[in-house]
Amino acid sequence: MLYGLMAYFDSAERLLEALRVLKGRGYRHLEALAPNPVEGIEEVLGGDGRIPWIAFGLGVLGVGLGLFLQIYTTLDYPHNAGGKPLLGWPAFIPVTFELTILTITVGIFLFLLYINGLPLAAHPAVRAKEYVRVLLDEYGVFVYATDPRFDLESTKALLRELGAEVEEVRRD
Amino acid sequence: MAHKEPHPDRDLIQGEWTERTLVEKLLEPVEKPPPRPWKVVVAVGAALTLVWLYAIFVTFVKGLGTWGINQPVAWGLDIVHFVWWIGIGHAGTLISAILVLMRQNWRDSLNRVTEAMTFFAILAAATFPLIHMGRPQHFYWVMPYPTHMALWPQYKSPLSWDVLAIMTYITISTLFLYLGLIPDLALLRERSRGWRRKFYGWLSLGWTGNAVHWQRYRAVYVLLAGLATPVVISVHSVVSMDFAYGLVPGWHLTVFPPFFAAGAIYSGFAMALTLIIPLRKWYRLEGVITDRHLDWMAKVTLASGLGVAYIYLLEIFIAWYAGEPAEWAQQVWRMTGPYAPYYWAMMLINVVLLQTLWFPRFRKNLTWLFVFSILANVGMWLERFVIVVISLSHDFLPGNFQLYYPTWVDWTLFLGTIGFFLFGLSLFIRIFPPIAVAEMVHLFHRLRKH
Repeated sequence: MLYGLMAYFDSAERLLEALRVLKGRGYRHLEALAPNPVEGIEEVLGGDGRIPWIAFGLGVLGVGLGLFLQIYTTLDYPHNAGGKPLLGWPAFIPVTFELTILTITVGIFLFLLYINGLPLAAHPAVRAKEYVRVLLDEYGVFVYATDPRFDLESTKALLRELGAEVEEVRRD
Repeated sequence: MAHKEPHPDRDLIQGEWTERTLVEKLLEPVEKPPPRPWKVVVAVGAALTLVWLYAIFVTFVKGLGTWGINQPVAWGLDIVHFVWWIGIGHAGTLISAILVLMRQNWRDSLNRVTEAMTFFAILAAATFPLIHMGRPQHFYWVMPYPTHMALWPQYKSPLSWDVLAIMTYITISTLFLYLGLIPDLALLRERSRGWRRKFYGWLSLGWTGNAVHWQRYRAVYVLLAGLATPVVISVHSVVSMDFAYGLVPGWHLTVFPPFFAAGAIYSGFAMALTLIIPLRKWYRLEGVITDRHLDWMAKVTLASGLGVAYIYLLEIFIAWYAGEPAEWAQQVWRMTGPYAPYYWAMMLINVVLLQTLWFPRFRKNLTWLFVFSILANVGMWLERFVIVVISLSHDFLPGNFQLYYPTWVDWTLFLGTIGFFLFGLSLFIRIFPPIAVAEMVHLFHRLRKH
């Protein structure tokens, strides 16, 4: 069974150019693969502005959890410590701060895994024989065979035209 | 493409490399057989770890009477070592987090090994309060859980802040280290066969290098760096408040949080130098950990060390200026009492010898840098000894004054954590690349191609 085509480009600029052309020709079901973050990829594939907002929301949740924990436990077991006020808020700052950070950290890490679809047991692109190249110094485009515009010969020709080495990725 | 001036950080990677040869080089510690010194370090570390476990066993079976702690020195070497190890951990987070935010390219070849250093240093640190409880099976009493006695932790106490600060710190450092490792694990997965492929495959969570994933990954990485930065400062500030909240002369100072944070950065950078200088030599990493990196680290050590030295002098001034008899008596006791050699050794290292780092000749002399980095850690150990043991041994009541004599268990616990630290770190660099491969390749790409 054919999974799709893996195209290897030797520079980030070529990758971006190829993605623009593919998008322009109406290809939708494709993935760009790179050994490190590619500048300008948002303009082609669209950015993701959710992360800061999710982090902010988690921060608010963390502040709430921290304050709730301390206020609730203090009221549940009132204890006069050194004549400090029962709900002495300055003393609550460190724990609230730590719980805020803890909530954001754990939450945003799990969110990152969730939006990236990780953990992932298997991915068709990894079956490409030369796949390791896109983890080293090359840039890849994986065009899924399920793409409505996909046609083995014409897609392959288009990718070659864009300057790529093309490999067919199949299940053995 | 338009011609650009050479990147100012061009010399951060020296030698003739391509991305492929650079990756080969950086993966050598994992993929090639280890050099002989590695085996020695692992063997020594493993032996000390076993002795450490024995000392913990003795502590648990016979109780805290096997330690030298007494009244009034109820906090002995264990708390000295707790604070010392936590401080050492801080440079790792500092290099990886603060320098990310400041866009300092030279962090890229140092961050992985220092983050690993942080990880094992916090683990070593966390064992001390745990075994100091004497009844470690009850450690969960510090957690907020509904007990049958309807008791809750006292959140106005710095000791319960400590629990949360340390646990947050462990969590965020581990996640940060792991997040940084994921792309390298994917690379190792593709380069290995058999059970190793499975091992790295599981750990890499199926990372493929998807460009959209990279953008999100980078956003989260920088965000975590931004969050880890205040945590580093807060953790040691909270540790210092364990002391500053107490009325003991020598502890009751508002300057403690910045004092402890500066000391942490100082000792952490010193420990990073202690580890990186041999690592670079044994694995021949001079091309990626250049003299410029070590020079920068020495400069940060100097800057934070000067902060520490300043507060030593400030402590003397405050004790005198406040006119509080017990505070002043404590200062005099430090300088002239039976513990005076420890105090003056600390002053010699952290105030006098530190000044050598002003001079490029000393900073560029690796032998001196290595010796000094070890001395600086001894100096910071002495500082914690001064704060914990000397302050406690001389409080308000002359009838209370008593000296502290550590036992073999105390010393074994300390040497044991050093062994555990070395053992853990050496295994770490055998299993995971000690230099962040993906980041170095990215840096290489930016330096050479843009």
